[in-house]
Amino acid sequence: MTSELDIFVGNTTLIDEDVYRLWLDGYSVSDAVALRVRSGILEQTGATAAVLQSDTMDHYRTFHMLERLLHAPPKLLHQLIFQIPPSRQALLIERYYAFDEAFVREVLGKKLSKGTKKDLDDISTKTGITLKSCRRQFDNFKRVFKVVEEMRGSLVDNIQQHFLLSDRLARDYAAIVFFANNRFETGKKKLQYLSFGDFAFCAELMIQNWTLGAIGEAPTDPDSQVDDMDVDLDKEFLQDLKELKVLVADKDLLDLHKSLVCTALRGKLSVFSEMEANFKNLSRGLVNVAAKLTHNKDVRDLFVDLVEKFVEPCRSDHWPLNDVRLFLNQYSASVHSLDGFRHPTLWDRYMGTLRGCLLRLYHD
Amino acid sequence: MPGKLKVKIVAGRHLPVMDRASDLTDAFVEVKFGNTTFKTDVYLKSLNPQWNSEWFKFEVDDEDLQDEPLQITVLDHDTYSANDAIGKVYIDIDPLLYSEAATVISGWFPIYDTIHGIRGEINVVVKVDLFNDLNRFRQSSCGVKFFCTTSIPKCYRAVIIHGFVEELVVNEDPEYQWIDRIRTPRASNEARQRLISLMSGELQRKIGLKVLEMRGNAVVGYLQCFDLEGESGLVVRAIGTACTLDKLSSPAAFLPACNSPSKEMKEIPFNEDPNPNTHSSGPSTPLKNQTYSFSPSKSYSRQSSSSDTDLSLTPKTGMGSGSAGKEGGPFKALLRQQTQSALEQREFPFFTLTAFPPGFLVHVGGVVSARSVKLLDRIHNPDEPETRDAWWAEIRQEIKSHAKALGCHAVVGYSESTSICEEVCILSASGTAAVLNPRFLQDGTMEGCLEQRLEENLPAGCGFCHIPYDELNMPFPAHLTYCCNCRKQKVPDVLFTTIDLPTDAIVIGKGCLIQARLCRLKKKAQAEANATAISNLLPFMEYEVHTQLMNKLKLKGMNALFGLRIQITVGENMLMGLASATGVYLAALPTPGGIQIAGKTPNDGSYEQHISHMQKKINDTIAKNKELYEINPPEIAEEIIGSPIPEPRQRSRLLRSQSESSDEVMELDLSHGKKDAFVLEIDDTDAMEDVHSLLTDVPPPSGFYSCNTEIMPGINNWTSEIQMFTSVRVIRLSSLNLTNQALNKNFNDLCENLLKSLYFKLRSMIPCCLCHVNFTVSLPEDELIQVTVTAVAITFDKNQALQTTKPHVEKSLQRASTDNEELLQFPLELCSDSLPSHPFPPAKAVTVEKASPMGEGNFRNRSAPPCANSTVGVVKMTPLSFIPGAKITKYLGIINMFFIRETTSLREEGGVSGFLHAFIAEVFAMVRAHVAALGGNAVVSYIMKQCVFMENPNKNQAQCLINVSGDAVIFVRESELEVVSAQQPTANCQPLCTGGEVTT
Repeated sequence: MTSELDIFVGNTTLIDEDVYRLWLDGYSVSDAVALRVRSGILEQTGATAAVLQSDTMDHYRTFHMLERLLHAPPKLLHQLIFQIPPSRQALLIERYYAFDEAFVREVLGKKLSKGTKKDLDDISTKTGITLKSCRRQFDNFKRVFKVVEEMRGSLVDNIQQHFLLSDRLARDYAAIVFFANNRFETGKKKLQYLSFGDFAFCAELMIQNWTLGAIGEAPTDPDSQVDDMDVDLDKEFLQDLKELKVLVADKDLLDLHKSLVCTALRGKLSVFSEMEANFKNLSRGLVNVAAKLTHNKDVRDLFVDLVEKFVEPCRSDHWPLNDVRLFLNQYSASVHSLDGFRHPTLWDRYMGTLRGCLLRLYHD
Repeated sequence: MPGKLKVKIVAGRHLPVMDRASDLTDAFVEVKFGNTTFKTDVYLKSLNPQWNSEWFKFEVDDEDLQDEPLQITVLDHDTYSANDAIGKVYIDIDPLLYSEAATVISGWFPIYDTIHGIRGEINVVVKVDLFNDLNRFRQSSCGVKFFCTTSIPKCYRAVIIHGFVEELVVNEDPEYQWIDRIRTPRASNEARQRLISLMSGELQRKIGLKVLEMRGNAVVGYLQCFDLEGESGLVVRAIGTACTLDKLSSPAAFLPACNSPSKEMKEIPFNEDPNPNTHSSGPSTPLKNQTYSFSPSKSYSRQSSSSDTDLSLTPKTGMGSGSAGKEGGPFKALLRQQTQSALEQREFPFFTLTAFPPGFLVHVGGVVSARSVKLLDRIHNPDEPETRDAWWAEIRQEIKSHAKALGCHAVVGYSESTSICEEVCILSASGTAAVLNPRFLQDGTMEGCLEQRLEENLPAGCGFCHIPYDELNMPFPAHLTYCCNCRKQKVPDVLFTTIDLPTDAIVIGKGCLIQARLCRLKKKAQAEANATAISNLLPFMEYEVHTQLMNKLKLKGMNALFGLRIQITVGENMLMGLASATGVYLAALPTPGGIQIAGKTPNDGSYEQHISHMQKKINDTIAKNKELYEINPPEIAEEIIGSPIPEPRQRSRLLRSQSESSDEVMELDLSHGKKDAFVLEIDDTDAMEDVHSLLTDVPPPSGFYSCNTEIMPGINNWTSEIQMFTSVRVIRLSSLNLTNQALNKNFNDLCENLLKSLYFKLRSMIPCCLCHVNFTVSLPEDELIQVTVTAVAITFDKNQALQTTKPHVEKSLQRASTDNEELLQFPLELCSDSLPSHPFPPAKAVTVEKASPMGEGNFRNRSAPPCANSTVGVVKMTPLSFIPGAKITKYLGIINMFFIRETTSLREEGGVSGFLHAFIAEVFAMVRAHVAALGGNAVVSYIMKQCVFMENPNKNQAQCLINVSGDAVIFVRESELEVVSAQQPTANCQPLCTGGEVTT
């Protein structure tokens, strides 16, 4: 006796969250059945392996049919074929677009092209995530990227509108799109200690302050979306950053800056002497990073540079995080007291974001 | 020209890409009705076209309005070649033809293609302007309402129930016409869909005419079926019950104080009444009787006409004279006379209803069924379908005579079905013989006095169990006792029926689904030889199915079956029998005896041991089942039951055919000391296996119940969560060494595994009950068995169920009598008389108490769905006639849809499972869309009448035909209604509600 056909169709489509997870994780039906058996479900429910097999097949078939709709989530809401309660629809979408930390770290900042897709095999081997799941995650990144790439308006809003993701997940996708578009290098060995969350945090700050959208989003006129592009860095701003070079090029300015910072922080830092000794190096590093951002190549290396020029020196001197914060605050603020410096707004736009990023990046 | 049909095409969305080059579509729409076609403009390069067309107007006869479907075709415009069809929408405009139903059809419809499935959606608005037509000779029957529901629909009151209406129309099947060889599969499928749509419209119109002739205004329990007879043609037939219905003025209908007792009663068991205590007529009147009978009988037409050996149909005279009751006797006779005269005018006193207004059903005799094997031949003249008519008339005649033999003048819960394989066709009909109250059958002249007397003499809850036949001249051997409830009238030991459990029946414990499954191999044969072979097998099948049912019923410790449906399916080389029913313990019937096993070779020691081991196992199972289903009937002292019935010898019948060829039937006279013990004789391995299979039926996991009736006896605290589903399984038998036993085992496993899968899938709904479980078996090919199940899972509140088990005897009694007085207008003396002499059995409390305010609170929380921004409204579907926790406020019309889906890329669509899964999901979607367009939010009495699946994996092809029907309705959540009623100071349910709170 063999089962030729075996289906179950509910008026309300049944979604089993556990099976959905297994499906998303890319397990084959037989692997999924084995995993479910191991979870002790047979003992709990008194079901047989055959029942489990049939149930799993059924769910997989449903998910397979739903997948086409999940590629364009608004379609899932308006389609008539599957009657799914709104809360379940949201769950389906959210889980489908969720990704693994290990995977996203591998592809973050890489070009989402076909060439990279061939590397998925390697990623799968390296991370232990099934190839199928890697494919899904990669395709999700690419799909979202393609849809919002050319769009005006807030990146997060665009993603939310077209993919109906939760706020949290939409922000993550905004970071992924932003990184992919600007091709930030995140894979270098010295960046390995950073999590996706660290990068996403930085991305958000950069989107808020360094992109074209940052200007358009003036609170007085929130509707104006002229040239409001969240995906690309503001080229003019990057050009202007060259002007900051004066802070390290002009010896007097540099010395004055140092003395202002040192006076203010004396007695407040546990690593005061190290700071005093390193001030010029650190300042040079931070300002040079800014000045170099006109070249695409250097933009890509932004995080490598920040870690090399700032995070690592401080870390080797065992700066506590709080000292880093005090230093960066004072370092940014003191510039306003420099008489010869004519770009305080530019400085704030640059340093405000950078300070946030550096504090986030500064950990073991 | 009495009608103007107006159609507007608004927009499309999610259209498929028809032009690969641009990835877009240039869509336009053709709107066709009858022979008139209109077209919209072409909307260039869009997958979401906005046509916003003018109103297309069709001026047509109302006859056409009833017969023809509106056909909407979406096409892709192509300048250089023929336009490509994207898909079609057929809209049945019948619901617009009667005033009380829908007034406009407006909404998004899936665009359906028989090859590609659903391809986008189209927004359409349809209206009809009807002009009054005074022509007496008109052929249309606009205005007659149709309901699939097999009870009086919720917002109506039955003024008169006229009776049986039937009609059939035949045609050639387009699939078998010569032109089919040169046209595309799509064209052929569409021709078929269109033809069937036309035929069912015509059929409905003709039935409507019959109803008008009977002066009715509605058909309830409308059941329409297709017989795909292949070469010989296509038959569409329908049966129903003509009624005159009165619409209840809606706001008043929701309050218990309304002046329609019939309506009240109907709703109570469905937990729709705001008053939790109304359903207490049972306990206050603990007088019960009942009846059982099962008469398997059949006629085999053509050459082989074997009359049934089991049941001698001796004509009886003076049926009414020798009735069993003491004081009920003369009244019964009177009643019978009146009813008889009312029914005699009818050719067939049949009713397709399965639930009735209170007082309608007086006695139930038992199941009557008839089968007939026919050879199909080409229908020569489609306009004169006499042969088919004659076949059915013959069968109905037989049913009628069986009912007579049971002392009944009517048949309720009546249904008809066919099973076709090649040119052989088995026609089946079955129903429940019954005695009815004439008050609903003719104009209400005698309503007054009769009603009064009825209720005095026939205490609700057991009256229907009392035997309608003459106990001295019983049509079959049965064991009668005095009713355990009223002690006054005779009841049989077991009762089988095809109807739902009457709402006032007193049941102890819970019920359960009971199935008998059976296969018989048959030699392949041609034509007449084949028909003969089938005819010869049928009696054995039927008898064994009956035996199995009986055994399983006793094993459950129960004594009655409701909703019995026996399906015999014919295949090339086998016959399958599947009987499903809901077993219950009726308080009125005696406690069933156990099952005893007797061995044939008593000398063998180890054998004896084995037998006693089996016996122990059986006894254990019975005990366990009694606990599981909470069957603890009150102990009744032997003397109360009264003197034994004139025939002292207690007879149990047992049929066992030792081999397939033998027709040896043994009737055993068993004089075991134990009261009506049921003895199974183990005389060969065959029998042994049967006993084993009895014990292998596993009960559903805890928290699960199942039944095939509308509601589960013993559960009444439903919450609003429902899940309707269809599950299909096909197994391939290994063609080697097929024996009857192997076949039986395969079939049994198939059904059991299917049930297990359902329990597993729906485990998140626990505690829950599978209601209206409907199994259908078909044999699409030599070695294939297909089982289709449709049912609805409904959750219930466990806490309340527990609550009911601790009885507040005094209080509930008090309340019960109050309720009766106030709401049911029962004479109070009746209650007070009967109460002291019969202590109230605690177990009965289960049926008494209803939803408590606390439960309602829970329910209210649940019923507030987080309706998000989704634009698609939820449409519930259920095979039941009601929606738990909600009130149906309007019936919008009948949904009757037929779809064909075909594929030539089976593998690419996920194999047979993927193909059928998608198709069924699409069918659901199309039903929901039509309901939503009518303005409804649910389909009740939904049924998938046909699911014919054919595959040819070698050619990578498959085809499936599905026919579904149901009633589109608007329902309102009870919680929302409560708000309304609370605002009305006149709502006199208030004091009673507080009464309910006292017990919590």
